[in-house]
Amino acid sequence: MKLDQYIVDTLYKKEVQAHLNPERNVTVISNVSRRSFLKGLGVTSGSLVIGGSLAGCSQEQTSETAVVADAPLTTSELNVFVSVSSDNSVSIICARSEMGQGVRTSLPQIVADELEADWALVKVVQGIGDNAYGNQNTDGSTSVRGKAFTILRQMGASAKVMLEQAAAQVWQVPVAECKAENHQVVHTSGKSLSYGELASVAAGMTAPAPESLKLKDKSQFKYIGKGITSVDLPDVVNGTTEFGQDVQVPDMLIASIERCPVIGGSVKSFDATKAKQVKGVVDVIQIDNQPLPVMFHPLAGVAVIATNTYAANKGRAALEIEWELGPNAEHNSDTYLQERIELVKQPGTSHRKLGDVAKSLTDNAKQVEAVYTVPYHCHASMEPPAATTRINADGTVDVWACTQTPQRARDLVAAELGMSDASKVTVNVTLLGGAFGRKGKPDFVVESARLAKAVGKPVKVVWTREDDIKMGYFHSISAQYYNAAFDDNGKVDGLLARTSFPSIGSTFNPAADEPLTFETGLGFVDMPFEVPNISLEAAKAPAHLRMGWVRSVSNIHHGFAVGSFVDELAHAAQADPRQFWLDLVGSDRMVDLSLQETEYGNYSEDISQYPIDTKRFKNVVNEVCDLAGWGKELPEGEGLGLAVHRSFVSYVGAVAHVKVEDNKVTVKKMYAAGDFGSIVNIDRVEAQLEGALIFGLNIALYSKMSVKDGVIEQSNFHDYELARMNQAPELVVKSIPSDAVPGGVGEPGLPPVMASITNAIFAASGKRIRDLPVKGQMDV
Amino acid sequence: MLTLKINNMEHQVDVDPDTPLLWVIRDVVQMTGTKFGCGKGLCGACTVHYNGSPVRSCSFPVSAAAGGEITTIEGVEDNLVIAPSAKAVKAAWISENVPQCGYCQSGQIMSAIALLKDNKNPSDSDIDNAMSGNICRCGTYQRIRKAIKTAAQA
Repeated sequence: MKLDQYIVDTLYKKEVQAHLNPERNVTVISNVSRRSFLKGLGVTSGSLVIGGSLAGCSQEQTSETAVVADAPLTTSELNVFVSVSSDNSVSIICARSEMGQGVRTSLPQIVADELEADWALVKVVQGIGDNAYGNQNTDGSTSVRGKAFTILRQMGASAKVMLEQAAAQVWQVPVAECKAENHQVVHTSGKSLSYGELASVAAGMTAPAPESLKLKDKSQFKYIGKGITSVDLPDVVNGTTEFGQDVQVPDMLIASIERCPVIGGSVKSFDATKAKQVKGVVDVIQIDNQPLPVMFHPLAGVAVIATNTYAANKGRAALEIEWELGPNAEHNSDTYLQERIELVKQPGTSHRKLGDVAKSLTDNAKQVEAVYTVPYHCHASMEPPAATTRINADGTVDVWACTQTPQRARDLVAAELGMSDASKVTVNVTLLGGAFGRKGKPDFVVESARLAKAVGKPVKVVWTREDDIKMGYFHSISAQYYNAAFDDNGKVDGLLARTSFPSIGSTFNPAADEPLTFETGLGFVDMPFEVPNISLEAAKAPAHLRMGWVRSVSNIHHGFAVGSFVDELAHAAQADPRQFWLDLVGSDRMVDLSLQETEYGNYSEDISQYPIDTKRFKNVVNEVCDLAGWGKELPEGEGLGLAVHRSFVSYVGAVAHVKVEDNKVTVKKMYAAGDFGSIVNIDRVEAQLEGALIFGLNIALYSKMSVKDGVIEQSNFHDYELARMNQAPELVVKSIPSDAVPGGVGEPGLPPVMASITNAIFAASGKRIRDLPVKGQMDV
Repeated sequence: MLTLKINNMEHQVDVDPDTPLLWVIRDVVQMTGTKFGCGKGLCGACTVHYNGSPVRSCSFPVSAAAGGEITTIEGVEDNLVIAPSAKAVKAAWISENVPQCGYCQSGQIMSAIALLKDNKNPSDSDIDNAMSGNICRCGTYQRIRKAIKTAAQA
């Protein structure tokens, strides 16, 4: 596939891959000074600052403010993640973005454990965008899985060793006689020194080589695995949090932008007379259309700049704009989906092939055939995107943004402002009021940089809810065809499936007009079923909107279709779905896709370390069924539905308990069990499962985006509906204890949820839902 | 020039009378604990109390708010009328570890405090009625429900 290759080699590797294939920098802890990080710590540095560093941080920065010689508080940086202050507090950097998944607690928890720090003395400091931290892209459920877990442990362990070495030097004893525990180093004689007392000496120690570090045995963990309360809770309940929308900078102006309602369109002309009459409006600036691909460029539009948000929005409403809508104005999602439904019935591009499906489908009469569809979706995080840029007189730039990708935001702002040195741009990461992938696309950050430059003052760009819903990077609309044949013994002998949806690749190359391998690798080609004849194919789907990744990405529609079809097969076979799932997955094995003509990325993890393990898959089937009391007697009109899915190298099963009465669906209770491998914070893992259940409930029952004449028809929460308190069922979740390497957590809970609900609707009523959402077909 | 009484403090503000209270609180008084979520009174993120009742400040003109008592998340514990439940609600929010991203939680907490002011022992349907105007995209509803019950017992 030539096009596929082009994208993989060029734009995809640079941009999309950053989402799913995190940069795997090898960590080398050295004693290169990194004093500039103290700027990020927000403390005054003392005179004994010597730092450690990660590989790749060669851009030594010397621009920090002068060191204050007599500062009462000294802070010593032991490596880029760990600093110890003379007051005995330890500052740990959280380099990933907090968007509700709990990283500001769980990542420092990892470091603090290996550091033998007292959690009560730990301060969490949000890292600015800087390559020294390695990959900061907070997406793809990558913050802990893979090498990330080990790197953070090494950061804690390395600092601990330096503190032990410091004590040995102070006492003039062999380091073997010094042991760090509970925030102090104790000598075999019994004497001790606190971390604070040792900090400045420790900063002079040579950072140990990572391979020399002895990491803790699991039995020695104090914090890892525990449900430590989120560090931001006091701020949340007191209203003292700072999200991107909350940023206040002196002399700041607010921008609200009316963007072309059709992607690829541009401003033909506009009249700002009335807008400028609105009290508080200070400027109106056109944002030109940028040629495709859309990438992370600002969309064409007209920005109204004002002294407050209301004036900006009011001025914007008073704009008179004539648009050049462009060819996407012909896009209508209903007809588009119908075309996809027809197309998936025809042969497509092969993405996995085993045996001879055509023969199986010819030889075996008993077959099941189905087409599943899922509409467009948007992220609808409670906080719409917002970013603030200030261009300083000295040529440096400060940005505050609710971004999932601070390094990407930094580089794009530098490019936007024509700066050759991106390190002069400091991207401060605020809390993210939800993100789900939206805030990994820094178009809104670039907008703030462009407007700050244009007006010569700090500018905060605020997206409204309407902007968020109508102008986002959407989850792909999709149609999927499934066809399976049973042999004479009732076993599935052949499985043919086709998926069609506009590719995220189109955001980076407009010629990308069908699903790419990185997308078919998300819950499609990796289905773990023991079937002798398999053909998995993709069908054309040109993009007409900005396509983007939404929590679990293509697993949303793949999980729904696979999970539904297995249930349909179970019922066709007159089998109990639980047993049918177990039988279809088959024998205990590591699924070997290597000889099946497929290209499978395995979420960029090594397949030998993170195999597709059918034993773990089946265990999750059993765990979630046991949790839900599968097989129990239910009243007439009620049913349980099951679906299980592996994604982001974790395994999650979901069961829904649904009641259907007079065509009215009530989800009474939902269950989820997940095998995430080793986990860091049990409470946050459970919270992610709970959140995924509700997220899936929204997609299954309520939410839908549709497009008419190129324009998103929905605009706010009245028509892009999300479950509310009265619609939220009771949830029961379980994180299955495991010693396996850590898998993803934030996303893998979602993919099985939608099918668990529609399968339960079938169990309760006999009505099969193949098109989401349920709303419009049944009362919800 | 309007005079607003927010958390027992008077503020003189020079804004258009049709300006929603939310933007005066956030942009003019510069208290950002009250969040913007939808601008249409659909999500509840901007919930504050006006004379003790929960209102959606994004859809509440500032001219209508002048002369009354406005309470926000920042000052709700100091409001003597509801202080005990405010403290209990915040404590329960922490003990149940309710928030995920936290963005909607100011509004959730303000709605919960208003509920408990008039109803010391809310049933599930009371909670549904009082809280269904507040959307949580992270899906923390179950923990919110539990925290309200915990706070009611306090």
